[in-house]
Amino acid sequence: MALLQISEPGMSTAPHQHRLAVGIDLGTTNSLVATVRNGISVVLNDENGSALLPSVVRYAADGSVTVGEAAQAMQSEDAANTIVSVKRFMGRGLADIGEVSRLPYRFVDTPAADHKPGQGAGMVQLRTVAGVKSPVEVSAEILKVLRRRAEAALGGELVGAVITVPAYFDDAQRQATKDAARLAGLNVLRLLNEPTAAAIAYGLDNAAEGVYAVYDLGGGTFDISILRLSRGVFEVLAANGDSALGGDDFDQRIHCWLLEKNHLSALSPQDTRLLLTHARAAKEQLTEHGETHITAVLSNGEVIDNVLTRSEFQAMSQNLVQRTLQPLRRALRDAKLGVADIKGVVMVGGATRMPQVQHAIGEFFGQEPLTNLDPDKVVALGAAIQANLLAGNRGGDEWLLLDVIPLSLGIETMGGLAEKIIPRNSTIPTARAQEFTTFKDGQTAMSIHVVQGERELVSDCRSLAKFELRGIPAMVAGAARIRVTFQVDADGLLNVSAREMGCGIEAAITVKPSYGLSDTEITRMLQESTQHAQDDMQARALREQQAEAEQLLEAVQHALELDGGLLDQAGREKIEARMVALRDTLQLADHLAIKRAATALNEATVSFAQARMDKSVASVLAGKNISDLEVKP
Amino acid sequence: MAITLSENAAKHVRNFIAKRGSGVGLRIGVRTSGCSGMAYKLEFADAVGSDDLQFASHGVTLLVDPKSLPYIDGMELDYTREGLNEGFRFNNPNVKNQCGCGESFGV
Repeated sequence: MALLQISEPGMSTAPHQHRLAVGIDLGTTNSLVATVRNGISVVLNDENGSALLPSVVRYAADGSVTVGEAAQAMQSEDAANTIVSVKRFMGRGLADIGEVSRLPYRFVDTPAADHKPGQGAGMVQLRTVAGVKSPVEVSAEILKVLRRRAEAALGGELVGAVITVPAYFDDAQRQATKDAARLAGLNVLRLLNEPTAAAIAYGLDNAAEGVYAVYDLGGGTFDISILRLSRGVFEVLAANGDSALGGDDFDQRIHCWLLEKNHLSALSPQDTRLLLTHARAAKEQLTEHGETHITAVLSNGEVIDNVLTRSEFQAMSQNLVQRTLQPLRRALRDAKLGVADIKGVVMVGGATRMPQVQHAIGEFFGQEPLTNLDPDKVVALGAAIQANLLAGNRGGDEWLLLDVIPLSLGIETMGGLAEKIIPRNSTIPTARAQEFTTFKDGQTAMSIHVVQGERELVSDCRSLAKFELRGIPAMVAGAARIRVTFQVDADGLLNVSAREMGCGIEAAITVKPSYGLSDTEITRMLQESTQHAQDDMQARALREQQAEAEQLLEAVQHALELDGGLLDQAGREKIEARMVALRDTLQLADHLAIKRAATALNEATVSFAQARMDKSVASVLAGKNISDLEVKP
Repeated sequence: MAITLSENAAKHVRNFIAKRGSGVGLRIGVRTSGCSGMAYKLEFADAVGSDDLQFASHGVTLLVDPKSLPYIDGMELDYTREGLNEGFRFNNPNVKNQCGCGESFGV
């Protein structure tokens, strides 16, 4: 007969209706699956008792696919067909991937036009002996193995899964992750930020309130999140990180050290992989031991035999550890908190086992970091708790989950300025609306340009999408009311809609950018926004003044054409002279000069405007008696 | 009249309750449901109900509502592992027939 699990009070499921749900940590280096069993979150092991599935996929010529340790074992021999760290390619174009020449793969930069459906336009593809594979397909192979493992362990089909992604994954990368899950036959209940998942695992188990930092140094990505836990509510106050920094980089340092020590250069992909495998083993050894032997035989028969001490390793990797502190400071600044406000530091990711990392973080925060949950498993454990909740296996004490968006979202306004609609670090899901209007008389269409970034000028931000709202009734400039709504769902995907409030015409777009934005780019964009804050302010003032002046010139020109007859020769010449003067200042990058010229023009048109007003009032009143003009209640 | 846990099952239950952090015991019962008429209920118990019958087995308190007892009297719960799957097995002497997987039964 079936094996039963203990449910929460009142939550027993009907027979054959178990809502089996899992949490999956789809990692750069390793992947895990966990579930809540008998009220406790546990990681599910494979037949051999190992929890970690190496995120390695190998394609063979006969079309067969191996995943995990078996594939990892073939890394050195069959580097081109053995895909490691595929997460780095998710939702990315070839141009987004650094150090392409150092990777042993045959990349195919697929033009957006002939991408496979559902695989993300413009995403880089990998040529293997079994054909061209997209990162989505490779990730799906990893997810399939985890799904089979979970279904064997739970004895039934899964209702769904919560899959974790780095906090900094953008829409394209999140979408690619969802596509991979769908391809693996998994129903995604939700994508969850990795640090948030870790906080769930820790927060619920320890029931501690306060502000915490989650320091997640995984195989390939570094994330720092500042979270507030109170009465079971998790709020991410700030998130920062570096997508090109992780345990792999420490392996790389040892690898470089080996090359230098042995005077090697230009190794084959196989030898590179071999040495990296040994470098990783050495790194893990040095967590427990003071020194380690590295021995390997290269394909040309050359023998490598070196001793690496912990202090040597710490010296060569010191700046990697230091590099994690910069995003840490930025996150604290974003959260408007100091080191003293942090009640505890949660360590996530296998790389946080390195003594030098724990030491540096302990020193930075002035307290020992928390390591009482397995740093490799904590994300999956938290995801499982969330999956269990979303599958409806818990009653009552549900908690809210708040994530933040990494970069501000907004639209382009007149003069190439970026108007922020959702500021960065807003919690999601969220919806914000703002009203805009037309710039010209009789304008019947409006182009909505959705941008992402912190800079004032659109040209410095990232363009996400463009769409048009057509069919706006012809009105004078400024009379139309166009409501632009930004909606970010729980998975971080953006929906933008525009609606003309008068007649109700509407246009909308879901943003699925074809190219991902790397964390390093996000970091760069954030840095630039602070570095250029002063310039940006000047530029904004200038553009605003220019747009305003242009609008004024247009309005005056229009009025002159219609009612020029109301002016005498001198009045007209005065206005025209000041228009010329204003046009001339537009060329200058001096917003104050433009403002002065615009004010001058305005002054010159006061009596003209008065005359026009009188004329239009007279035409309205002509032929009517006073009773017709009474305001009806 | 009694319901018991195997020693192994009791060890797991004590462990689960300890990790859960709260709970006075295990609630066992039946409901009318499923393809063969009845289904088991297995839940953590946070409080003892006024009608509840209590049994102690290897240090674990088992709570059963009086209406359920006739269907499961004499039952022993075991904790077993089948391949990757693990969980509680109900050895119920009252069962006359059950569905293929045993999640639902008749008496």
